Order: sequence, then structure tokens, then C-alpha cells
Amino acid sequence: MKAQLFVTCLGENLLPDVLQKMVLLLERLGVRCGFPENQTCCGQPFFNSGFQSQGKEMALRWIDAFADTEGPIVAPSGSCVEFVKHRYPLMFDTESAEHRRAAAVAARVMELSQFLVNVLKVTDVGAVFPHRVTCHYPCHLTRGLGVRSEPEQLLRAVKDLQWVPLNDADTCCGFGGIFSVIYPEVSKKMMEAKLRNVEAAGSEVVVVSEPGCLINIRGGLKKMNSKVKAMHLIEILAEGGKA
Amino acid sequence: MKSAHPRIDFRANTRSVPPKIAAATQKNAQTALRKRAEVVAAMGEENWQSLRAIAHDMRMHTITHLDRYLALVEEKVKAAGGIVHWARDAEEANRIVLEIARRRNVKKVVKAKSMVSEELEINHALEKEGIRVFETDLGEYIVQMAGQRPSHVTNPALHMTKEDIAELFREKLHVDVQPDPKMLTEIARERLRAEFLAADMGISGGNFLVAETGTLVLVTNEGNGRMCTSLPPVHVAIVGIEKIVPDWESAAVLLKLLARSATGAKITAYNTFITGRWEGGPEEFHLVLLDNGRTRVLADEATRETLFCIRCGACMNICPVFNHVGGHAYGATYPGPIGAILTPQLLGTGVGGALPFASTLCGACSEACPVKIPIPDILLHLRRRVLEGDRIEGPVGPAWMRVAAKTMRFVLGTKTLYLLGARLNRVLQTPLRRGDWIPWMPPPLSRWTMARPFPAFRGDFRKWWRNRAAGDSSLQEKKHER
Repeated sequence: MKAQLFVTCLGENLLPDVLQKMVLLLERLGVRCGFPENQTCCGQPFFNSGFQSQGKEMALRWIDAFADTEGPIVAPSGSCVEFVKHRYPLMFDTESAEHRRAAAVAARVMELSQFLVNVLKVTDVGAVFPHRVTCHYPCHLTRGLGVRSEPEQLLRAVKDLQWVPLNDADTCCGFGGIFSVIYPEVSKKMMEAKLRNVEAAGSEVVVVSEPGCLINIRGGLKKMNSKVKAMHLIEILAEGGKA
Repeated sequence: MKSAHPRIDFRANTRSVPPKIAAATQKNAQTALRKRAEVVAAMGEENWQSLRAIAHDMRMHTITHLDRYLALVEEKVKAAGGIVHWARDAEEANRIVLEIARRRNVKKVVKAKSMVSEELEINHALEKEGIRVFETDLGEYIVQMAGQRPSHVTNPALHMTKEDIAELFREKLHVDVQPDPKMLTEIARERLRAEFLAADMGISGGNFLVAETGTLVLVTNEGNGRMCTSLPPVHVAIVGIEKIVPDWESAAVLLKLLARSATGAKITAYNTFITGRWEGGPEEFHLVLLDNGRTRVLADEATRETLFCIRCGACMNICPVFNHVGGHAYGATYPGPIGAILTPQLLGTGVGGALPFASTLCGACSEACPVKIPIPDILLHLRRRVLEGDRIEGPVGPAWMRVAAKTMRFVLGTKTLYLLGARLNRVLQTPLRRGDWIPWMPPPLSRWTMARPFPAFRGDFRKWWRNRAAGDSSLQEKKHER
């Protein structure tokens, strides 16, 4: 099985270790990874901020980068995937060549946990992680892509991992892209509410499989000197020494 | 678009929300959500979803054929002895109601709960003419007494606790009362009874207008709606033109969804159906059909679904932003997610342009919406209207932002510049970097770091990828594969 890495701009610039682990994990599972080097940003930050014409320009470039590659396009982000999957095809006139190209990449793109559970049909990736773990449900992954059970299935299959439920797990953490800097006071309150639930869960780790939410929650935990660690799902699945 | 309404500064509004109000909002909204979840579970998720789908299609049909159904309503209401008025805007609606009031020498008005009347600020217009207005819905009665505006469409005093209300009653009504909902209700009930009997005019809104019979549907939980529309000699109903439903079957679907979504009840306590003038009822029945910006919403296919709203308030209850700031922060009649899409359309983006950004696009609202309004999609559409402009309105954001966005797009969209930028970030961060974190960044990014540190720009995935590939004997093979 061949898959193309959609590393996302946040992933590439802020979470390179997550990306490296993603490559190692996929290879461990027999996937041959391709990395279309012309990818930059999918355009979501522009489009969702209101600059739709700029977002559309970015989308055209992104489509160019991936159009001639082969296999599923896999990202460590539900948000970026949802943008490509749902928004790209809507940007272009349904009769146009751009729309056909957009629809073609949209059909191939998926988030990592979707790829593992639904395409590779694996839940046990051979990881070992002897810790209490709870999981935040990122909005665009959960509601946007409808990925509600895959991350939990993967986590529950990790050896020695103790699953801990999280209250209001699917309530937004307050990131919201540009929202976090337009309305920082509200963003902060929402983040703090999320952190209170995380603390109350009594886990050692909170899984946040979305780069935006991850830097938000991880930063919040750092600021309050919490003992809880925020990790991307990939970081846990890569644990176990088999990679 | 010109409007007398001041520009809404959502950020300033959110900064002045007392913690007490946020706490009360959360507590009351969570209670409503819990009850809603119970009745939805009782109905079964599948049935609930199919009911929502039916309602969405039916609202789509109605809104698309609004002209036809409005004409039908007018015909039926007239045939039933009612008088129909058309109001283009708030001013015209208020003038119509004031004319009726003058002609009937009205001194006292009792009002059933109506969001449209809030939109008109009709209490103010009436009071200016020396007419006393009494809100009779308990929540509205409370916020009127407090000199405030409702913070929620179905629960006007959502932002208050029972303790707040008891204190208000002690102060304004000079009664000795404990924070006991039953006692508080009893006091309001006793005082309002006299006003119902003395009122010269009753004003109501309307939850629905059934086109096939010209019937006004009014749902209340306290029976005050029925009193307002039956005791005074004149009943004026002011209804937004989008409140039409084609027939009784459609009304039944929406009543099921409304009660469950709003209060978590299977059915609202009082369902009042009024068709024109009726025997033993008021001498005059007036129906004021209000546009006030709605046809402008209708004109844009991308936002039209905003008009599907049945004002249940579920989107507010579930919205994490609303829960932390309360309804007043939205600065206009309609708060929460629906307000964030409706206000900028009704009042223009010059007034409400901040509101489409008052959302994280988390999608909880559209999932809760009983008529499946795609609120996040409409938010995105309106963000574009604010910053780039569309055929409805030109951009209201400053021109330099468009230039900045274009420049940013050029940088991020050009691979060499993008990679150069990434490298630059790793260099420029050095003086600010503390280990894995950047605790402070200069404005405007300080808006991020005021709440939490920013992660350091790290590593170089592409370099790692290339090095690894170079050390990999299968490099050639890989290249061929791609």
C-alpha cells in the first residue's frame, strides 16, 4: 500500500517529531510513504478567515502538488483533511476541470486514524504505553469528518494503556484558528474549561490528534504547570520499540 | 447599508462579562441541554434525525416559495375577519402598531414573549407615546424589571440565577421573597393578573403562521400568551415573514422539534391557535407581517437557510462561545450562533461584522439545530462578505488586510518562500525562545501568548525526510514509484 503524506503547515513547522513518528508508524505497518514536496499550506487559514479568494489560490496549488500522486493522502489532522475533503470541491464550478481535480483529491484524503482503522483495517499497531490516557475529540475530526470511534479503538488496542473517559470530550477547546487571536479572552476561557476537564479526568496523558488543538491544549497545560502531558495519537501509537 | 444601530464590538463586550453571568448562563444552558437530550433519547436518535431532515426540506420549500404562502396567509386571515399589515422595517411596524393604539385610545399593553418585538424595540416606541407596556412572560417580566434585554431567545433571563431574581424582586417590588422559583412565579403571577384585566391591547409575536388556514400559532409555557391574545379588546400579532408553514402537518413537525429543542418538553404547555377574529375574543385582530431585512437574507442563496430558524435556542445552549460570554455580548436582539449569522445580515456587516468571527467553527450548533441550518457554512460566507465583499455588500474590513492576506498567500503559496519563511522563523524566534516554548510574542501574536505560550518552531521535517531517503538503499526505487 502506498500513501502520500499530507504533513500540514502546522505539523511541518511546529510538530516535526509527530510527522517523523507518523512515517515510522506507517512504514512499520507496511505502508510505503510518498512526500509530495510541493505541498505548503492547504489554504484553510485564509479561507476560514474570510479571504476565500486567497484560500482558493492556495487550494489550486495544493491540488497541483497532490494530483499526480498515487494512493490515499494521509494527514495527522482532521481539520486540514476536512477542509480538502468538504470545502475544495465546493470552491469550483461543478462543470469545471478544477472541480474534477478537487473532487479527485477530496476522494483520496483522510485523517490518520481513519486510514489505519478503515483502510489498513488495523487497530492494534503493536504499541505499548503503560499510562492512564484520556482523549479530546477535536471538532473537525469528530463533527466535520464523523470520526468518532477510530481514535478510541486505536488507543484501546495499545498494550498496557489505561483508558480514562473525559467529560465534555467533544466540546471545543477554544482554538478555532483565527478565533484564538481575534477573541483571545473567550478562547482562553474555553481552553481553561477544557483543561479543568482534563485535570479532573485524572489521566497522565491527554490525546489531542489535531495540530491546532494540540498546541492550544499543550500550551495551556504548560502555562498552568500541569503534570498532564498532551500528545498526538501518533506519538502513542509509535511507542513500543518496534519501529 | 446604513443603520442606526451602533457597531457591535464583540471583543469589548466579552471582556466586560461578569463571571457571575457566565456561570449562570452555563448552568441554565446545561440544564436545558440535559432535558433536550432526554427527550431526544426517548424519541430515538433515528426518529429525531429523520424529523430534522423532514423539517429542513419543508423549511427549504417554504422559504423558496415564501411569496406564494404569504399571499395565502393574507387571504385567509382577511377571510377570517383579521386585518393584515405589511411592514418593511421596524419603523413602519411601530408606526402601524402606534396608529392602532391611538385609534383605540390604548393606555396599557400586555405583551406575550416576542423576539420580533425586541427587534422593533416596540416597548420604547410605545412608552414614548405614554403607553405602559407589561411583559407577561416570566423571563421577559424579569429582564424588563431589571432594565435589560433578553439574553436568550426562549429563556430571556438565562443569564440570571434565582438568587439574582429574588434580589431584583426585593429591590423593585419591595417584597420579602426567598430565591424560590415557585414563590417568585407566584408574585409575578399575582401582579400580572391585574394588568391582563386592565390592558387595552395585547401584543404577541407568532411561532408559526399556518398558510392553509391563516392561523397564528403561539406556544408558551405559562399561559400568558393566551391571556394576552384573549383578554384585551385588541390583539396585534407581529410576525416575521419567515415564520410561515404551508400546512398543519408541517406545523406539527415543527412543534415537535421546537418544544424538544427549546425546553426539553415533548409538547409546550400552551399551544394557542388563532385564526382571525374569533367569537368571544378581541374585537380586533391585526397581523403585522414584518420584513425588516429578511428579504435581503432571502436574496442570497448561500445564506437563505438562516431564515429556517424557529427560535428554539438550542444552538445557544450548546455553543461553547455563548456559554462563556452570555447572550448580551452579541450586542443585538438575537444572540449565539444564530445571532452571529442573522445580525450581520439584518443590520449589515458594518454593524454586525464582528459576529461571524465570534465562533470557532466547532459545528456543535448545526448538529443541535432542529432544522439543520448549516451555521458554520453561513459564518464562513459572511466572513468573506466582511473581508472581501460579495454581491450583497462590499467589504467593511480595511484594505490593508486584503493586501496583507494576498502577500501572505503569495509567501505561503510559493514553495521557496514558504521554506525560507520557515527557516526565518526558526532564526527569529531565538531571542524569544525559552526551551520548547515562546512565552511571549509581539503584537498581534501577543493575543495568543497572553493565554498560553507558543510552541517553538522546530526541526526540519523535509531535511529529515531527505537524509533518510539518502541513507535508504531503496531511494532509487522510491523515486521511480512517485
